[in-house]
Amino acid sequence: MSSARSRNRSRPSLAAGLSLGPAWVIVVAIYIGTAIWTVAMSLTTSRLLPTAQFAGLSQYRRLFTTPRWMQSLENLVLFGVVFIVVALVLGFLLAVALDRKIRFEGAIRTIYLYPYALSFIVTGVVWKWMLDPTMGIQKTMHDLGWTSFRMDWVVDMHMAIYALILAAVWQATGLVMALMLAGLRGVDGDLWKAIEVDGIPTWRAYVAIILPILKPIVVTATVLLGVAVVKAYDLVVALTGGGPGYATDMPAKFIMDFLFQRANIGLASAAATVILLISVLAILPWIYVTYLRAPRR
Amino acid sequence: MTTSPTARSRGSRPGTGLPVGRIGLWAFILLTVLFFLAPLYVMIVTSLKTMDEVRLSSIFALPMHPTFEAWRFAWSEACTGIECHGLQSGFWNSVRITVPSVAVSVLLGAISGYALSYWKPRGGEILFALLMVGAFIPYQLFIYPLAFAFAKTGLANTLLAVVMVHVFFGLPIVTLIFRNYYAGLPHELVKAAQIDGAGFWRIFRSIILPLSRPILVVAVILQTTGVWNDFLFGLIFGGTNNQPMTVQLNALVSAQFGEKPYNVHMAATILTALIPLAIYLASGRWFVRGIAAGAVKG
Repeated sequence: MSSARSRNRSRPSLAAGLSLGPAWVIVVAIYIGTAIWTVAMSLTTSRLLPTAQFAGLSQYRRLFTTPRWMQSLENLVLFGVVFIVVALVLGFLLAVALDRKIRFEGAIRTIYLYPYALSFIVTGVVWKWMLDPTMGIQKTMHDLGWTSFRMDWVVDMHMAIYALILAAVWQATGLVMALMLAGLRGVDGDLWKAIEVDGIPTWRAYVAIILPILKPIVVTATVLLGVAVVKAYDLVVALTGGGPGYATDMPAKFIMDFLFQRANIGLASAAATVILLISVLAILPWIYVTYLRAPRR
Repeated sequence: MTTSPTARSRGSRPGTGLPVGRIGLWAFILLTVLFFLAPLYVMIVTSLKTMDEVRLSSIFALPMHPTFEAWRFAWSEACTGIECHGLQSGFWNSVRITVPSVAVSVLLGAISGYALSYWKPRGGEILFALLMVGAFIPYQLFIYPLAFAFAKTGLANTLLAVVMVHVFFGLPIVTLIFRNYYAGLPHELVKAAQIDGAGFWRIFRSIILPLSRPILVVAVILQTTGVWNDFLFGLIFGGTNNQPMTVQLNALVSAQFGEKPYNVHMAATILTALIPLAIYLASGRWFVRGIAAGAVKG
């Protein structure tokens, strides 16, 4: 990182600067340009088509008095917190299990991770079928004689969000497992010897000694899952469609609906701006620490 | 790999023959394996049943007379919106979208990563930081102005538009992967080549690219699954002529007339999942490396 090192590494090259032209254009025109446009639109009265009629913060006032938006924010928090916590804990446990020198480790690892290769649409459609109250798991249990068994989450106002969480956990926990397992494999063998000499029970060693070592990985995994949470759209569309009612609506879906179906660009832009603010505040410290302060591996 | 050599004895009470911890461990593994496999299993058995059998049997029951009829129907006859030619057009649309999107974004990402890592041009750090921010911001912020711009330039609902959007938003992760990889390569090679008078592009072609083969594989795998699995961009920018498979699958399963042919739905789901699943199974370790290199999913 020191300027002396970078100076003697290479003389400034026109070609090097030019080669980054496309990336600069994408960042400036596509990321920043469109973001500014959206923020600007949130301050106008735009409905079906963008207009430049200034409306102050009235779209924001309207947004935060729209029950559907408030519900989608609430859903985002509940979905985000439960999904991330469950995926982290389960992912860690799976990684520990695979780290215990078991047989068939490769095959089991493959099984844990394959859902991550599938799209959210595929994930949503499969779980919709599994959770179908008339034909899915519930029916199977009823046929087996367990008639009080209930798994009708998808049609239940209060449980539908947990159907979403279940499917998301199924899809993404393998990612956490893979990241954590890589971390566990990096743990120094001498440390394990010391743990053994001290007679510390294995489970305690994992929780009290190993887990703190994995902290950077936990942070990375949390950020990656968090990004997926804020972007959650495909899974909602495929699994619940945001319903029943707006019980599983998410900000991303709210924005898409108001942009392309409800033709209310001003309101949707205000919602997108709020999401932008939340995302930037949440990730800025992490980007700074991860990418700018320690570029070496 | 060489963690604790005596891990096998851990969790077991010394002296007793029954390793209680091992049994608990395997019970946990078995349970979780069932949880992760169940949807795949249900998908496959349902797709091999007739609708009569789907109605009568449990979703977990094996098909009595396995048939690929639902697969054939899903591929060539099922309705995906107004059209009723199955998912085959979506499959080829996905191929036409994925190939150029992956090729362009990986090439551009490799060049950008190389320039950022070895040449440190002015503003490089800022550019990289902005790229990373772009990778994490929800697409909903960019999508309307982009759609508007495409409409104004006549690019709306074209293959080119979808590919461009995939390149725009695939660039950060690919650049990150290459930049990290190049940071781990010895910089002396480049320096020596520079002293010999080789320029930016010459060094890239003759020295860097040949060394980049492993990371190229990782980037291609990551981008191919990412682009193939995309729903949002295909939905908004592709129009009806360029719908990728995911969009058609969603249209197929949400069609609302009469009884839902669940066997066809599941066959269609498998067909849509087939390419990324095959890539995953064939590439195994490479896929994991892609994740480790900084997995960001759209």
